[in-house]
Amino acid sequence: MKIRIRFTKTEDMRFIGHLDMMRFFQKVMRRAGVDICYSGGFSPHQIMSFAAPLGVGLTSHAEYVDIEVHSTESSSVMIDRINASLTEQVQVVSYRRLADDTPAAMSCVAAADYTIGPHSAEYRTEWQQIVAGIPGFLAQDVIPVTKQTKKGERTIDIRPLIYRMETEDDEDGYSVIRLQAAAGSVDNLKPGLVMDTLRGYLGLEPAPFATQICREEVYALSGRETPRFVSLESLGEDIE
Amino acid sequence: MRKLALSDEILLSIQQPARYLGNELNAVYKDPDQVDIRFAMCFPDVYEIGMSHLGMQILYSMFNRRTDVWCERVFSPWTDLDDIMRRKHIPLFALESQDPVHDFDFLGITIQYEMCYTNILQVLDLSHIPLHADDRKENDPIVIGGGPCAYNPEPLADFFDLFYIGEGETQYDALFDLYKQVHLSGGNRWDFLLAAAKLPGIYVPQFYDVTYHEDGTIAAFTPNEPGVPATIRKELVTEMDEAPYIENPLVPFLKVTQDRVVLEIQRGCIRGCRFCQAGSVYRPLREHSLEYLKRYAVHMLQSTGHEEISLSSLSSSDYSRLKELVNFLIDEFQGKGVNISLPSLRIDAFSLDVMSKVQDIKKSSLTFALEAGTQRMRDVINKGLTEEEILNGALEAFRGGWNRVKLYFMLGLPTETEEDMRGIALLSEKIAETYYDEIPKEQRNGRVQVTASSSFFVPKPFTPFQWARMCTKEEFLERAWLVKDTFRSMKNAKSLKYNYHEADLTVLEGVLARGDRRVAAVIEQAYYHGALYDSWSEYFHNDIWMHAFELCGVDIDFYTTRERGLDEIFPWDFIDTGVTKAFLKREWQNAIAGTVTPNCREHCSGCGARRFKGGVCYEDSHSLH
Repeated sequence: MKIRIRFTKTEDMRFIGHLDMMRFFQKVMRRAGVDICYSGGFSPHQIMSFAAPLGVGLTSHAEYVDIEVHSTESSSVMIDRINASLTEQVQVVSYRRLADDTPAAMSCVAAADYTIGPHSAEYRTEWQQIVAGIPGFLAQDVIPVTKQTKKGERTIDIRPLIYRMETEDDEDGYSVIRLQAAAGSVDNLKPGLVMDTLRGYLGLEPAPFATQICREEVYALSGRETPRFVSLESLGEDIE
Repeated sequence: MRKLALSDEILLSIQQPARYLGNELNAVYKDPDQVDIRFAMCFPDVYEIGMSHLGMQILYSMFNRRTDVWCERVFSPWTDLDDIMRRKHIPLFALESQDPVHDFDFLGITIQYEMCYTNILQVLDLSHIPLHADDRKENDPIVIGGGPCAYNPEPLADFFDLFYIGEGETQYDALFDLYKQVHLSGGNRWDFLLAAAKLPGIYVPQFYDVTYHEDGTIAAFTPNEPGVPATIRKELVTEMDEAPYIENPLVPFLKVTQDRVVLEIQRGCIRGCRFCQAGSVYRPLREHSLEYLKRYAVHMLQSTGHEEISLSSLSSSDYSRLKELVNFLIDEFQGKGVNISLPSLRIDAFSLDVMSKVQDIKKSSLTFALEAGTQRMRDVINKGLTEEEILNGALEAFRGGWNRVKLYFMLGLPTETEEDMRGIALLSEKIAETYYDEIPKEQRNGRVQVTASSSFFVPKPFTPFQWARMCTKEEFLERAWLVKDTFRSMKNAKSLKYNYHEADLTVLEGVLARGDRRVAAVIEQAYYHGALYDSWSEYFHNDIWMHAFELCGVDIDFYTTRERGLDEIFPWDFIDTGVTKAFLKREWQNAIAGTVTPNCREHCSGCGARRFKGGVCYEDSHSLH
């Protein structure tokens, strides 16, 4: 049966790359005694696939991995068991059963939410200027960005890939940016690129280390008639 | 949230930031205010190499069991970070607390191979600790060296406050207790070192003076403080099952070299190969019990989640309960996604049977450590293998479905003749012929592939070859070319491949292996001129080293090609490994005569290790066979 696991990746874990996270989770499955399915052959591997890889340097409250298991306990028992073999910087928040015909998380990612704030106190003054520039930035008809690709340079318009970008006060009263942008294999917009482009629009130099970015949710597009974004976890059901 | 020693800007601009975080599973964190001793344990190479080392994990686990000690890890920063740390004056830090190493009580450095010596200086330098022990002040950490290279600590004597000679499990508790006691009674650094020098297995270089003859050999090696012993007996664990092992191994995020559970099944070796230092200094052979190993195998796989378990020892085939252990591992773990890997096995019917169960024959190759190409040469080095056994092993392997074999040889062994050199190619050819002669065409899985590699022989302290003359770089290369030519003229040349190691590196290793205190200056000069990560061929620059020898007026040939007299005092003679110099001399003469010495289970040859009162020396030989 198919299971979708949602987990966090916080603090120092932001420096751990995607491939290392995959290896880490394989070991976690064994430590926690998850009854996971293996492929055949002399070097069997676990049936496991990750949704959208997270860039190094970003934290996340919404990482997703799909696994296949022979048997399972209830969601709450499994969450406790897996968390007992994790560190505090990675914690499972949901463990849900998927219908057998649910497409793999990797293939249906369409958008993601991010919270963006200044990296540390030294960037707060500049931050006010950046936040104030958002309405004008979004009011542009096109936002051209030149990307270096293997085949040379390519200019794309990122405006249609920004679904929402607004500011909000966090619990400490500081303003943060909430960004919803295209994600997945068709159109993928990195939040860092949005911030660099915004800085450029405001006449500021690119500063990749000036912000701290956290992924808050990953969405799939669901519904044939009126497609809408639904979180990947909502496609599964808790096991009682 | 833990404050990291490096900024995001640095971490995101260097390779593999995970090397510097210290947030792995099973890492140990303590409150620094609640411990008496802060110990930084260092492997002076990159993280992925250091984290693969079993000994370091054993001591990490053992030290941290003490509530008054917090032991953390330190590795050599890779060249990219090394550069940044120097430019920005960032002090080297321990991984767990991210605190500067300089603030620790101890910096313990494990010394596994000669080519890491410049990295030791890098670690001291980046930690802002004076390189020379006699320049250190009260608030500098006590710098301890240990590991196999500590059996000849002299080239490093200037840089260490003390060396721990032998296996780490036995004296560290006493050393820590002593440190606390000296501090409580208001003693200083010197008081501690003097007291430590009187503990078993502890060598404090500054309490010994060396004088030299006019020809450069050692005249005398004597303590210069009352009460400091003239010889230092190595430490060892007598009852293996009673020694602390790893409770919860660290699980790195990065793919390290040994990304698996490593189960040490025994220490020492019964074989007595005359070139092998480990086989001599770890005598006598001591086994773990089967029950102990079963328990640890299950526990460590559970606590790490690793997908592979590997057995570790110098010669696994000599473990007396190997069959039962391997069958247990297969029954218990196969089918649960756990691979079993069995290095250092003799190729025989049993090992082939086991390997066919645990690996994919089509994809794997078999390794034969033959060491020499002729029977005469194998007798000289006491490698107890006949050509018949070798060819039978190969035939069994081919019948079992393998068609790729790797052969390991050494070149430049004492008494080696042209016939012995050519023998490497001839023996490889015979193995290929065995395949074509004995395996019918329809059962063959393509062409056989025999890959032979030779390393150049380096005489090591505490082996019968410690008296041997080492080849020059030119001699090594001439021999390798001769072997290569012989390979080209073989009938099955297309099925044979031959590689040889770098000769420059070997010569340097030879100097460091049998060096004395005068070599320290060369290491220091090489470091100042940019030598670092010498064991990584892309970073090894021979010209830096040659320049350093010149600057210091140190003659390479004195340490490598010089003929040593039987009565010469060696720099390492003050260490007593249990194996006597008289035995090594006897073995050196047996080597020259081509006389084979039986292994410890066949017959005791009186090497001296029996006085440790344990291990194979006291095995009841009737119960084993």
